[in-house]
Amino acid sequence: MKSNIKAYFSVFRLRLITGLQYRAAALAGIATQFFWGFMHIMVYEAFYENAMGTQPISLKQIISYVWLQQAFLVFIALWIRDYEIFNLITSGNIAYEFCRPCGFYGFWFAKLVAQRLSGATLRCFPILIVAFLLPEPYRMTLPPDFLTFCLFVITLVIGLLVLVSISMLIYISVFITMSPSGSMTTISIIGEFFSGMIIPIPLMPSWLQKIANYLPFRLAADMPFRIYSGHIPADEALKGILIQLAWLLVLVLIGKISLKSITKKIIVQGG
Amino acid sequence: MPEIEVEGLYKRFKVAKRSAGLGQAVKSLFHREYRIIEALNNVSFSIESGEIVGYIGPNGAGKSTTIKIMSGILVPDEGKCCIMGRIPWKERVAHVKNIGVVFGQRSQLWWDVPVIDSFELLRDIYAIPQKEYLENLDLLVSTLELQNIINIPVRQLSLGQRMRCELAASLLHGPKILFLDEPTIGLDAVSKIAVRQFIKRINREKNITVILTTHDMNDIEALASRILLIGKGRILYDGDLDYIRNCFSTHKTITVNFRGNKPQVDTCVAGISGVNVISCSEERILLDVDTRTARVTDVITILSANLDVIDISIDSQPIDELIVKLYREYDI
Repeated sequence: MKSNIKAYFSVFRLRLITGLQYRAAALAGIATQFFWGFMHIMVYEAFYENAMGTQPISLKQIISYVWLQQAFLVFIALWIRDYEIFNLITSGNIAYEFCRPCGFYGFWFAKLVAQRLSGATLRCFPILIVAFLLPEPYRMTLPPDFLTFCLFVITLVIGLLVLVSISMLIYISVFITMSPSGSMTTISIIGEFFSGMIIPIPLMPSWLQKIANYLPFRLAADMPFRIYSGHIPADEALKGILIQLAWLLVLVLIGKISLKSITKKIIVQGG
Repeated sequence: MPEIEVEGLYKRFKVAKRSAGLGQAVKSLFHREYRIIEALNNVSFSIESGEIVGYIGPNGAGKSTTIKIMSGILVPDEGKCCIMGRIPWKERVAHVKNIGVVFGQRSQLWWDVPVIDSFELLRDIYAIPQKEYLENLDLLVSTLELQNIINIPVRQLSLGQRMRCELAASLLHGPKILFLDEPTIGLDAVSKIAVRQFIKRINREKNITVILTTHDMNDIEALASRILLIGKGRILYDGDLDYIRNCFSTHKTITVNFRGNKPQVDTCVAGISGVNVISCSEERILLDVDTRTARVTDVITILSANLDVIDISIDSQPIDELIVKLYREYDI
């Protein structure tokens, strides 16, 4: 077990090094994310100017929400995929992974976390720095206090783990379907919507909010971002962390069990 | 007790059957027909420690399937397989620490980072103690001449360089058994020879058992004293290469360069049974001698008596032709 953890850490480190090489991709990503960020904020600005009554979340909070969304896109977007793993499975290179003395759930998990972490590290700082310097009303605001900030970081990290455990299920499904597109598109559309990537969850009609609250997707994006802006108070944030941990446990267990049963009857593709 | 013992292995694959064309594709959405392929059909053999065994057979004969079962990747439908006292697919983690595997058509190295990073990852995966790792690495780097390529990203290596690194990667943890699935595929002559020499050396010096599948019969000739021939999922021959050579290599080719004239040549060898003229020109004749009916020495005696011979060369059948014959003989 101890040696396994070392291996996971090692693959994590290697994937991180690899990921940090892709500077051009990060630059292109940053440009796109600014475009989306401005667009979203302008839409909300227009919406708030003309809206009647008070909204469930303030424009200031929405703006922080949008910038965080853009800065940590690689952290939270389900549609970001590691083609390496898909190729491993569909081309049969997976054969090598089977010859290693360690379980691959943890191995892939570490790889995927590292991939997202390296992508986000390259992107988040430039976006956040610029977002803090922008003129009003686009400027991003600091969290109300230090405790809130700590809670934000904790929930963001656990949220990442929850998200990766969801995406692990997608990778595992490729063993059966042999094509990533089907399961990927279905889950990522549902996931994107219910994680508040399209409309922040507080702005959804209440019946939709209910559904969203029962699903794990919001735990990776919507929840940490609202904690940041103080929209979710500290005591509820603590409850949120417990929910995150519970989901993480359940998702990892499902993933491990299904991977085990699949690998028993696996066929490695190709000669 | 032999190091590797395989007994009565069966493996069947279900393959979706579909003819070409859109109509068939649409039809198969609703109704799929399957065909059962017997990849392995009662395969048995045993291998002692320190042997080099060449595992040969045409494409699709079941070579890779056997290798995959022995390395714990595939579970057979029936049969026993015991390697160093373990059943590969039952005790996978303990088993794979004893084996090294190279799949010639796949890569275990990380594409975008220097080779040494992949090696260090393997060190952590196999939990190789640092001292042992450095010793193994040193030895592999010097014998495979990796000094200059170990810090280069894999994507910039040539196929030959990469294959040498793949071999090193599979041996870092000091396995007792090495499975090589087409290790020389696509390599140039120099790299092929380097790979062969290396395999020979580690077998001799570290007593590593090597099982090697290949389509290049020169690999087999250079390395393996024993061959296993598989066809249509059955083991057809298990024994040494020389025996096959004696059984099937019944023809020799004699090339003679001479001064003189053609008609004389034709008449002088036409009388011997088992000798056929392959080609004949003004100063050269090629003869095919069936050694079952004619003796090479007799043919040469007659030739030298009748011709002003400059030189003679006698060639055995190339091993590739031998194998073609062998496959034909066994109808595979």
